Amino acid sequence: MNKIVQINPDQVEDVGSLYAARKKVYPQSVFGTFRRIKWGLMAFCLGVYYLLPFVRWNRGLGAPDQAVLIDLPNSRFYFFFIELWPQEVYYFTGLLIIAALTLFLMNSVGGRIWCGYLCPQTVWTDLFYAVERLIEGDRRERMRKAASADPLKLERISEIMLKHSNWLLIAWWTGGAWVLYFTDAPTLVKELVTFQAPAIAYIWIAILTATTYLLAGFMREQVCVYMCPWPRIQAALTDEWALNVTYRYDRGEKRRSVKKANELRALGLPAGDCVNCYQCVAACPTGIDIRNGPQIDCIQCGLCIDACDNVMKKIGRPTRLIGYDNDINIQRRMAGKPPIYGIVRPRTIIYTALIALVGGIMLYALLTRSLLDINVLHDRNPVAVKLSDGSIRNAYTVRFLNKRGFDRVVTIDVDGPPYAVLHVVGDDSITPDRPMVVLGRDSTTELRVLVTAPSEKNPERSIPIKFRITDIGLGEVAFAIDNFVLP
Amino acid sequence: MAESELDKVSGKTTTGHQWDGIKELNTPLPRWWLITFYATILWAIGYWVVYPAWPLLWSYTRGALNYSTRAAVAVELANLEKIRGDKMIALGAASLADIEKDPALLALARARGKAAFGDNCAPCHGSGGAGAKGYPNLNDDDWLWGGSLDQIVQTIQFGARSGHTKTHEGAMLAFGKDGILKRDEIGTVANYVRSLSGLSTRQGYDVAAGAKIFAENCTSCHGEAGNGNQELGAPNLTDKIWLYGSEEATLIETITNGRAGVMPAWVGRLDPSTIKALAVYVHTLGGGK
Repeated sequence: MNKIVQINPDQVEDVGSLYAARKKVYPQSVFGTFRRIKWGLMAFCLGVYYLLPFVRWNRGLGAPDQAVLIDLPNSRFYFFFIELWPQEVYYFTGLLIIAALTLFLMNSVGGRIWCGYLCPQTVWTDLFYAVERLIEGDRRERMRKAASADPLKLERISEIMLKHSNWLLIAWWTGGAWVLYFTDAPTLVKELVTFQAPAIAYIWIAILTATTYLLAGFMREQVCVYMCPWPRIQAALTDEWALNVTYRYDRGEKRRSVKKANELRALGLPAGDCVNCYQCVAACPTGIDIRNGPQIDCIQCGLCIDACDNVMKKIGRPTRLIGYDNDINIQRRMAGKPPIYGIVRPRTIIYTALIALVGGIMLYALLTRSLLDINVLHDRNPVAVKLSDGSIRNAYTVRFLNKRGFDRVVTIDVDGPPYAVLHVVGDDSITPDRPMVVLGRDSTTELRVLVTAPSEKNPERSIPIKFRITDIGLGEVAFAIDNFVLP
Repeated sequence: MAESELDKVSGKTTTGHQWDGIKELNTPLPRWWLITFYATILWAIGYWVVYPAWPLLWSYTRGALNYSTRAAVAVELANLEKIRGDKMIALGAASLADIEKDPALLALARARGKAAFGDNCAPCHGSGGAGAKGYPNLNDDDWLWGGSLDQIVQTIQFGARSGHTKTHEGAMLAFGKDGILKRDEIGTVANYVRSLSGLSTRQGYDVAAGAKIFAENCTSCHGEAGNGNQELGAPNLTDKIWLYGSEEATLIETITNGRAGVMPAWVGRLDPSTIKALAVYVHTLGGGK
């Protein structure tokens, strides 16, 4: 028999809540290499995002002249010289595959550098921190102001209001730029300022203003730590060779004060370079201590590297106590071996090859894609009609696609049933045997095409029939295959 | 009932209920759930007041808004007609020949015609106009009353043997039933008619007699060569298309009992532009002349 375990309620330990309240982060301003790279990338990314809708691209009369335009009402996507139709949505699939593979490649080379430098969440949060710093001061000042129990003075209130209004302005501009991608940008700007724009534009601007303001102003690093799936996926995808932001504890430990370390070195004894100044922690936008090793909160922006380097320069020690490195190299250095930076590894080669392959396929598909196409739908009811002289007629609904920016004339031929005669309903072609039709520019044309063939020449129940269209000017050819059936 | 007490393991109070020493923890419904629940009750009361809700003996409560789905549909239908109106005016103004030459008007007429065809014509002629025994196939090039646009409009407007004063008249007589022809004569002429369109004939039938009977009885409507007459709706007997079938037995049945298929008149039931659209649709099915 099993013994019945009695739980004495008095002995149950109170572990308290499992909920940990967020500690607000007040990152210190930093100067250095990685900060400069971040400023540069931020300027580039935001510049592209905010200004791209205003770039013009001449596509000829009647076509939109916006370089990048998602024209939803007309189902067209324009990207400089490329114009895509809805049925070519697979290019976006290819683009997404390339984006994923590039993310994986970046990860296997430099860990979460996407997170640290390019992710919109990081870029906008960084921008919002910059505004906050400009208005409220640096880390210590902001912490003091936040902790202050004094009643709010006018100066402090105006500071807070200034900060939030600036944030809202940036957020509003972000939402405003978004809608410009969906219609002619200068026209929409004019409509927006005169309050003539469609309601949907204002709604989207409001939505994206709200998300930007909340995500970059309040949620910040919590998005990266709790909401974003990439850190979890990244942790599963990474390997020991990836160069992550790493505290080189082989150099840093044991941590001592500058004075103590210098004394030890004077005696020829080993001393760690880390002086416990906490500058790396102060600079961190997610509020972690990188010296605790790799952790999921680290977005690997490299700001702690800059912070540490500045201190190392001041105390006359070599820089890069924190750097893009990995544990393998730390172990190697501790064993007296030179470090290896294995950027070229099977996985980086495979990712690069896959990116090249998918990119190559997309480029090939784009360069060789047909700008003329034909779809054929056989009449279902009736599938075939017997005529008074005994011949057989099949009717087809034919849709022509002209993706070029000008009208053109095509001729239609059929191969299949012997002695087949073609007739386009409503078409008064001057060449009735080989009907010519005009296809409007950048549009589809639907026509009803009748094919008649003598039944005695066509003993088969079903004969494959090939519709071929030829652009009489350019010689471009497209075809579609269907069946010619007997009643 | 025992007193409510604090449960140390869960940190919750008990309800005071106790069964064989087992105490029940007090876990009330969440506040938000209750508020939502009460809100739905309030909503329902508001709904009763505003919208039709309660069935009465002979009627129902109409609600403060006096809302009716039937009235809403009527309004939507009126709006639809208004939207269609402008386009249909363009269709009504254009001549039949012009409609087929203008791709936009042709597409409109075909779309409108297809919808009207499905609503009105499909029960007899089939959803694709392929017809059935006794109901002409509208896709082919064989027309009882003519296949030009004007003739199709005429047929749709007034029908065939519909009783309308302007309808197509003329019917196949019941040569057998009315005693005009004898049984063996009917068999002979049936074979003769089959031979007109190149079909096989019964061995040893009297060709000369067949020709004679045909000339005496049939040519007034079907013509001397059997080419038919669209004025009278008399089918062409020399082609490959047979409305009721080309078997000897079927022909004997036709000659004996006659035929008089009916198509209703649509004038008055459909507006002129819809009839126009129908005519264009039927004409462009493939067989239009």
